Amino acid sequence: MAKKKTTGKKKTSVTKKKTRGLRNSSAAKSRSKTTTKKKSTRRKKRAVTKGDTGERITTLAQSIAAQVTKGRDPGMEIPVRALSNVEFDAARKLILMGDNTQRRSFFNVGMAKKFMQTTLVASGCKELIDQAKTTSIRDLFYHCKHTIPGSKENTFDEQSESDPVIEDLEVTLESLREELGLFAEPKGAMVGPMTVIDNGDTIDLSRMGSGGWAVPSIVEADVIQFVKNSAKFILLIEKGAVWRRFSEDRFWEKHKCMIVHGGGQPPRGIRRLMWRMHNELKLPVYVLVDNDPWGYYIYSVVKQGSINLAFESQRMAIPAARFIGMSAYDAERFDIPAAVTIRMNDKDVRRAKEILNYSWFHKPQWKKEIKHMLSLGVKLELEALSNKDFSFITETYLPKKMKDKQWLD
Amino acid sequence: MTTLTAPPPDMARKRTTKTRSRTNATAETMAKQQREISVSEFFAKNRHLLGFDNPRKAMLTAIKEAVDNALDACEEGGILPEIFIQLFQISETRFRITVRDNGPGIVRKQIENIFGKLLYGSKFHRMKMSRGQQGIGISAAGMYGLMTTGKPVLIISKTGKRKPAHEVLLKMDTSKNKAEVVKDEEHPEDDTLFPQGHGTQVEIEMQGKYQRGRASVDEYLEQTAIANPHAQITYITPTNEQIDFPRTVNELPEEPREIKPHPKGIELGTLIQMLERTDEKHLGMFLRNDFCRVGPGKATQIAEKAGLTSRTYTSRVGHADAEKLYESIQDISILAPPTDCLAPIGVRGLLAGLLKEVKGEFYTASTRPPSVYRGNPFQIEVAIAFGGKLAAEESARVIRFANRVPLLYQQSSCMSFKAVLETKWRNYGLQQPRGALPVGPLVVMIHMASVWVPFTSESKEAIADYDEIRKEMTLALKECGRKLGTYLRKRQRMKREGERRGIFARYMGETVLALEKIDPSLDATVLLEQFKDVAKKHTKDADLELNEDGKPIHKPIEDDFDDTVVIVEDDVAGLSDDDDDAPPTPQVPRQASGRKKKRKKSNRTSTGQKPGGKTGQANLFGG
Repeated sequence: MAKKKTTGKKKTSVTKKKTRGLRNSSAAKSRSKTTTKKKSTRRKKRAVTKGDTGERITTLAQSIAAQVTKGRDPGMEIPVRALSNVEFDAARKLILMGDNTQRRSFFNVGMAKKFMQTTLVASGCKELIDQAKTTSIRDLFYHCKHTIPGSKENTFDEQSESDPVIEDLEVTLESLREELGLFAEPKGAMVGPMTVIDNGDTIDLSRMGSGGWAVPSIVEADVIQFVKNSAKFILLIEKGAVWRRFSEDRFWEKHKCMIVHGGGQPPRGIRRLMWRMHNELKLPVYVLVDNDPWGYYIYSVVKQGSINLAFESQRMAIPAARFIGMSAYDAERFDIPAAVTIRMNDKDVRRAKEILNYSWFHKPQWKKEIKHMLSLGVKLELEALSNKDFSFITETYLPKKMKDKQWLD
Repeated sequence: MTTLTAPPPDMARKRTTKTRSRTNATAETMAKQQREISVSEFFAKNRHLLGFDNPRKAMLTAIKEAVDNALDACEEGGILPEIFIQLFQISETRFRITVRDNGPGIVRKQIENIFGKLLYGSKFHRMKMSRGQQGIGISAAGMYGLMTTGKPVLIISKTGKRKPAHEVLLKMDTSKNKAEVVKDEEHPEDDTLFPQGHGTQVEIEMQGKYQRGRASVDEYLEQTAIANPHAQITYITPTNEQIDFPRTVNELPEEPREIKPHPKGIELGTLIQMLERTDEKHLGMFLRNDFCRVGPGKATQIAEKAGLTSRTYTSRVGHADAEKLYESIQDISILAPPTDCLAPIGVRGLLAGLLKEVKGEFYTASTRPPSVYRGNPFQIEVAIAFGGKLAAEESARVIRFANRVPLLYQQSSCMSFKAVLETKWRNYGLQQPRGALPVGPLVVMIHMASVWVPFTSESKEAIADYDEIRKEMTLALKECGRKLGTYLRKRQRMKREGERRGIFARYMGETVLALEKIDPSLDATVLLEQFKDVAKKHTKDADLELNEDGKPIHKPIEDDFDDTVVIVEDDVAGLSDDDDDAPPTPQVPRQASGRKKKRKKSNRTSTGQKPGGKTGQANLFGG
């Protein structure tokens, strides 16, 4: 009920502001003198982006207090994190966040609790920054969770309530999660011919045993430095199990590459580290995923950034990343028996069509690829290649695709 | 009838079996058995017609008749009624009923007639609103007592301060429709039974059964108290508990005037009978003097239309002429009968009555302007009580009255009940299953005042279905329903507003503490006060927005109770206004709905403030 109300409000209170001129035609259409004026006042309200993150939190708190002191309904402008507020910048090939904001005000039945939660999370982050500590988002959830005095209600019930609030705060303050002193549960691993320093310890990534190096969630230059590298490219593999095959077959040694997996959708640490390797060490990135809509989207996130974290695209997305597999055409090319394919269900079909509509997939080769998958009506997992031979994927499939340059861009 | 239909089967049997010998009666032998049946005998055998079907109902009917008579007597004598009722249990099935009033009393020589004769009374021959109509009730009760216990009826009556009280023991002779005096004593003047110096007490011993609940003596008295807030009723139950129904209105109802029959309200037979019995010589004078609303012009018009003149001798109007006369009456438009023969309870009375016996939170009432069915003036009144301590999960309770007398039986065949069913209560925010009563904490009171209430049977339990009556009832119910709907919507809004306020209040503390933690220069206590200020302003704004009429709601937000009190002040003024300009007849149409709502609140608060607030109300109304 409350949720419904909130979304209702959202629609009314969202104001379109296109100052970056991303889509000039539509922006010009709706632009008039009055709207521009409105925009500029909104801008001012959101002026909490100066100074370091700690100062920004303080500024936010002071602005709330000032509004109340003036007898106004206190509110904060929070950029909208949804498909409606992302733009695909065709020139930079990035998904960027638009300027739509939603006012979160206290005196709104649907928003009051979220407002309170936002201030609680902000105060928790301020504490972390002041004490120069970092913690997990789950940890912060427990830190902020308590019973509201005089009631039986908790400030937070589930972590699923605090996580979006953290993201709201990130976009509002235009601060990175790391700058808030937070990190997500680390996920994913990497091996390859490279030596790095992680928090002062020198680590030879070619000698990581079977498990590989667990990539931390904060990989900024002050934590991770690259010491030595002889890799020629980076291969991101969707699943840990397949990555294991590549690691065991010492694919990285033979082909001089870094092999990375992110356990499904790669977390920010992996994406940021790949970005750094790509930009600082000039390594091309190849993505190897299942042949299904979710695989396409993993590739798309690596390449253009995600809708939810569009504000971080610029420091994470790798527009030059290439889609090495698996393609809908691979079953034919590599003579994979139909028995190992999986029929697409309704959800898969829906998702595929959705992806087909994303403007960043509006390239002839991609339209062809997705439509072909839809016409076949089946999806294919990376493991299906083991039907031929356990090491078919490392010895035949990938080398052949690399050699023939059978990738999609 | 029976002699005509009975023979055929008998004859058929005779032909085949011939077992039973017939005693063929002759006209002479039959004549020996043919004699007059006294009315008393007839009713002794058909007592269910009068409401003495079973012991439980018999006891209720007896009390009802005695109390109705007492109230009628008091009102006619211009005395504020004080009625005492005792149900004394002698054995498991035997009770002694005592009903005492402070009425004008009964002169000695009428005692036998009133209490010992069926169809003897003052009310049958006149067109005037009263509780009793036929004059059978109390004598029938005494007869029932005598039949079931053999005990005579004891009557004590005193007519004035310096007059002696008479104590008469009456035994009814059913065959003669006459009472036999068993004991006749004269008491000195200082009779303690009647502190005001006058009054009547009846004592009947009868077979009975006492049971609480629906259609019980208790319920009857409770409802009587509702419809007669000017009466003070004291009731002692068989378990020897005393229940008081206090007086909350200190004025007698307006005295209803007696009227003559309206020409359109009579049937042909009645017209012929009236022609035969009239003292007037000429038709014109007969029409003018024996009917209401007929002047010289109208009389001539009626007579001429029937081919007669106003000079025609009444004695010479034959059957054919009478029929023409009847037709011409139907054709000619005649002014509706005067309505001062009606004494409605009135909005004030209705509210006062409901307030003291029904514990609701919202009360409203409506008195319709008088209307006419079949030439009989009548007036419909509806009052409803809602919420409070009333049962929320049950069907609404309908309490029906005719001339201030509660109707306890045959609910579903009564027009009042049907009118409640037909009202679409869903429009007023209540649940109502199809074809059933609305569900909710609701009491609906319907009163019909008329010179002649059309009952479906002699036991006076259900009002008959007339279009005019149905229409008036529906209109009155709708009027009350609309007010209830407005109130419910308002209440809903207030509740929502309260919830909103609650939500804000809950999260404020956390928010200000978090802000203080972020920036220690922000003082949480100061901020909290500022938040509260904004909250007040903000929720007030919401109130203003939500008001349906676009009127601002003037009330402090902190304290809902204060609001009521403020409105109460307005109210009392509103009430006394009504007092000044309220004639006995219609006052409702002029009243704005707002005013009535306020009235309700005032009453509640006055009870709320003083636990024994009943007298408070009385003053409020009576002043």
